[in-house]
Amino acid sequence: MTTPITTSELAKKVVNHEKTVILDVRNTDEFDSWKIEGGNVEVINEPYFNLLDGIDPVAEKLDKDQAVIVVCAKGGSSQMVAELLEEEGGFTNTYNLEGGMKAWSEHLEPVKIGDLKDGGSLYQFVRLGKGCLSYMVESDGEAAIIDTNRMIDIYEAFTKEKGVKIRTLIDTHLHADHISGGRALADKVDGTYYLPPKDATELTYDYKALEEGNDIVVGNTKVKVQPIHSPGHTIGSTSLIIDDEYLLTGDILFVKSIGRPDLAGKAEDWVGDLRNSLYKRYKELSEDLIVLPAHYSFAEELGKGGSVFARLGDLYQRNEGLQVDDEDVFRKMVTENLPPQPNAYQEIRETNTGKITPEDEKQREMEIGPNRCAVHG
Amino acid sequence: MESTKVLDAKGLACPMPIVRTKKAINELESGDVLEVHATDKGAKSDLAAWAKSGGHELLQDTEEGDVLKFWIKKG
Repeated sequence: MTTPITTSELAKKVVNHEKTVILDVRNTDEFDSWKIEGGNVEVINEPYFNLLDGIDPVAEKLDKDQAVIVVCAKGGSSQMVAELLEEEGGFTNTYNLEGGMKAWSEHLEPVKIGDLKDGGSLYQFVRLGKGCLSYMVESDGEAAIIDTNRMIDIYEAFTKEKGVKIRTLIDTHLHADHISGGRALADKVDGTYYLPPKDATELTYDYKALEEGNDIVVGNTKVKVQPIHSPGHTIGSTSLIIDDEYLLTGDILFVKSIGRPDLAGKAEDWVGDLRNSLYKRYKELSEDLIVLPAHYSFAEELGKGGSVFARLGDLYQRNEGLQVDDEDVFRKMVTENLPPQPNAYQEIRETNTGKITPEDEKQREMEIGPNRCAVHG
Repeated sequence: MESTKVLDAKGLACPMPIVRTKKAINELESGDVLEVHATDKGAKSDLAAWAKSGGHELLQDTEEGDVLKFWIKKG
């Protein structure tokens, strides 16, 4: 009997580095552009339509008695293939990923990063299917959520479980790779939505300015959220220092790469800002800050329990994007040979400014695929 | 475009559009053209990839409202 497996159960296996064998039966183009990665995942691809006449193409690549999780776009074809494996191939332990890659793309795995000095804690939400990272700071029964993803129900359920009330929603910049849930969640909980004003010029709704000098407090002035203007990925991109210990870098600095300046079509204009943010602005900060980015690109960036972070000083030693002394070389690196732009990034920006309001199903489709917000040195 | 047979796969979710298309193609002669109507958006890239791997030729595809139409020449 094929057993259903939820995205949450699969996520636990990935972040706990359990051995996980996945048979992805989508067509090869889709598989190549985007697949389940991380932890101790071994994934093979064979499109379902090649298995209709028999499972020979995969029979030799898989052990009949091991657990095999079959995955497709939405969960229909994988169910069929998992049953074929059992009925025709004598497999004994097949699983079908419920909802397929579409559901995987929407799963958020909460991981605790640490306790804050005067009470409260910081959580990272890892979107394993897309590489997006969002955060929750909670203290004294109040919560701020940073770089909220579209699936706002998940944050609501999580804060309810923790017994905290969401008061503040912050986006470090106007996102182009995923649809922000910041405004929608602010509306729902009657909270305040913050965005850097330089990224808000095309906004069609009210927001509060996220600006350097105007610290935000979470719960009885206990936790300080200090904005640092660090443009480059966008002109408004703003980092946040939380509790003098954590540096939320948005899409400016990642663990293994740096932000790209071209998603608003202004690579040439913004490359100088990016350089300045990475090579001057951040250098003035404490090396002991823990960098918490808004994305990760490589499965190996997932650390223990699934968290993604690094010490700022360490990144100055080993992140290739921070090792380029020559400004011209840097300019070339971040404006030429960039990876393809994220799926539907123009429409995603317009959704985030409020210019367009696509239906839920359309929003899901717009976000399908990997995020591509980084330049790899 | 002229077709030998029309397959209505509207309303069917993956994998059924391809399963039905494969069955219909098996009943045709080489060179015949099968016209497929489907509403599952995933059918587009899957049909193209399936046709290629099976040695068939996807002659044309169109989108009329919610309905995707494909013309596949049996190889």
